[in-house]
Amino acid sequence: MKRIYVNEQWCLACHLCEYYCAYANSGLLDMVQALKDKPLHPRIQVEQKGTVSFAVNCRHCSEPLCLKSCIAGAISQKDGLIVIDQDKCVGCYSCIMACPYGALMPSESGVMQKCELCATNSHGLPVCVQGCPNQAIVYEER
Amino acid sequence: MGINYLYPDFEVIRNQDRCITCRVCERQCANEVHSFDEATGRMKADESKCVNCHRCVSLCPTHALKIVRTDHIFKENANWKGEVIQDIYRQAESGGVLLASMGTPKDYPVYWDKMLVNASQVTNPSIDPLREPMETRTYLGQKASAVTRDTNGRIITKTAPQLKLEIPIMFSAMSYGSISYNAHKSLALAAQKLGIYYNTGEGGLHEDFYQYGKNTIVQVASGRFGVHPGYLNAGAAIEIKMGQGAKPGIGGHLPGSKIGEDISKTRMIPLHSDAISPAPHHDIYSIEDLRQLVFALKEATAYTKPVIVKVAAVHNISAIASGIARSGADIIAIDGFRGGTGAAPARTRDNVGIPIELALASVDERLRQEGIRGNVSLVVGGSIRSSSDVLKAVALGADAVYVATSALIALGCHLCRTCHSGKCNWGIATQNPELVKRLNPEIGSERLVNLITAWNHELKEMMGGMGINSIEALRGNRLMLRGIGLNETELQILGIKHAGA
Repeated sequence: MKRIYVNEQWCLACHLCEYYCAYANSGLLDMVQALKDKPLHPRIQVEQKGTVSFAVNCRHCSEPLCLKSCIAGAISQKDGLIVIDQDKCVGCYSCIMACPYGALMPSESGVMQKCELCATNSHGLPVCVQGCPNQAIVYEER
Repeated sequence: MGINYLYPDFEVIRNQDRCITCRVCERQCANEVHSFDEATGRMKADESKCVNCHRCVSLCPTHALKIVRTDHIFKENANWKGEVIQDIYRQAESGGVLLASMGTPKDYPVYWDKMLVNASQVTNPSIDPLREPMETRTYLGQKASAVTRDTNGRIITKTAPQLKLEIPIMFSAMSYGSISYNAHKSLALAAQKLGIYYNTGEGGLHEDFYQYGKNTIVQVASGRFGVHPGYLNAGAAIEIKMGQGAKPGIGGHLPGSKIGEDISKTRMIPLHSDAISPAPHHDIYSIEDLRQLVFALKEATAYTKPVIVKVAAVHNISAIASGIARSGADIIAIDGFRGGTGAAPARTRDNVGIPIELALASVDERLRQEGIRGNVSLVVGGSIRSSSDVLKAVALGADAVYVATSALIALGCHLCRTCHSGKCNWGIATQNPELVKRLNPEIGSERLVNLITAWNHELKEMMGGMGINSIEALRGNRLMLRGIGLNETELQILGIKHAGA
């Protein structure tokens, strides 16, 4: 299965991936309308310390701990892709505790959100990958 | 603060309706133009620091930014133009030589743009390169002037060492130091993929790049930085740099701040010491001296590699080239006055040297007249901007061309001409690791390959139009060129007729 991987050697900590992600998942057609003067809720986040930086999002683990920890049955796995049903999520944060990567976070409405590889929005290919100016985020089979 | 004589050249125009304050402009500007104003929640800009490199413009996800030239003016004066006045202010302040980078921006005639190319109509057929063979491969080096036979009457096929080029374009010399590790790697990878050559420049060869040796030309300049037997033998050819088009008559100067650990090791000079190349080679004061160095280098490499002598295009270039052609050199590279540089005194860059088109035409003609054109191949550089420039250069007599500025532009350079500041936002002309990493060689090399491949397609199209199916048949074929808007002297030097004639 194709997954998103990061090449931290090429990450510039420009944070564009976060903005493209939040835009892609806003459901809006206009980036300005989606993001201007609003708090940002991206599903990918750049971790940075000193000169080292890289983007972190869901690894789509083959044995996902978030799925096992979910008390509401909101997280499911389909063909390797781990998705969250936000209608079922009760916001107990168990998945946040379980995920070793910190890849789940509360959405604007309070229930959890996570990277679904842009398979569940209208963009098709992950926009963080498309938007990265230095190929520090790649979408490939490994 | 005192009196600030210099008003910022550019204005950063931010469309606040589009700005989403993602701050990518702030994070990506090494000149610290952009900042976030906590009080208003808006981005702001200090335009006095802007060099107009477009890094922010190119990365802004909502196209909220553009850079415009300020319309602030001095009182109009055809003689004392604003830039002239500003230069005087700068020098009155600093007491120093004005530094500049890349090729001259002055409005000198560009002869490539005053030559038109022929095409076949009715009486001779044009060729479709998509359906018929079309060769752009060429070989650089000394060519035998006559067929020779051994005692059994068999033709002797052993030739002087040659460089084989799949496309008559090479990346010209840019040293590791003037450009970054990643820029060098991009050039090396691209040269390998394209079957052409890149040139180390005078800064030696980083140990990581010895693996690209088959596609590398190693340079020996007046500073002899990083020159040792392993280096000479690592490349496919050796280039003696006598001069550079952007700054004929003077040597390079890489400031100590750029001589980090890797560069110090590669150049074999102490850490953080200024790398100053002498203006002349101190062992070369005549063609005979040059011959000694040519043969010293050939001796060091067992006569297996062609030796290139690179000179800047200056007055009397044809006599100089004639001397070089008799020195034992295999290839002459001539660099025109519009060639780029990582740093040069502005007055030298803008006033010294001659256009490459005129230099090439007169050198090719002179070598032919003297019957020594076959002794050497001719490579020209100094602002080759497109495939049509390549085509016209070949028709004027070049065997191949050198490109560097075009290659850097493909890598992202926006010709802001502040390489000498060392703060290249595109990761090209800098040694700051945080900036260098902005140029991913995977992306860079692909863009270079795309550019040269595209030019090769265009070359084939234009050659096909002329009914010529090999680049070697185009070489020196000046009947394929016509001048437009040129006077008699210019036409005579270029050796071409005027359009319509």
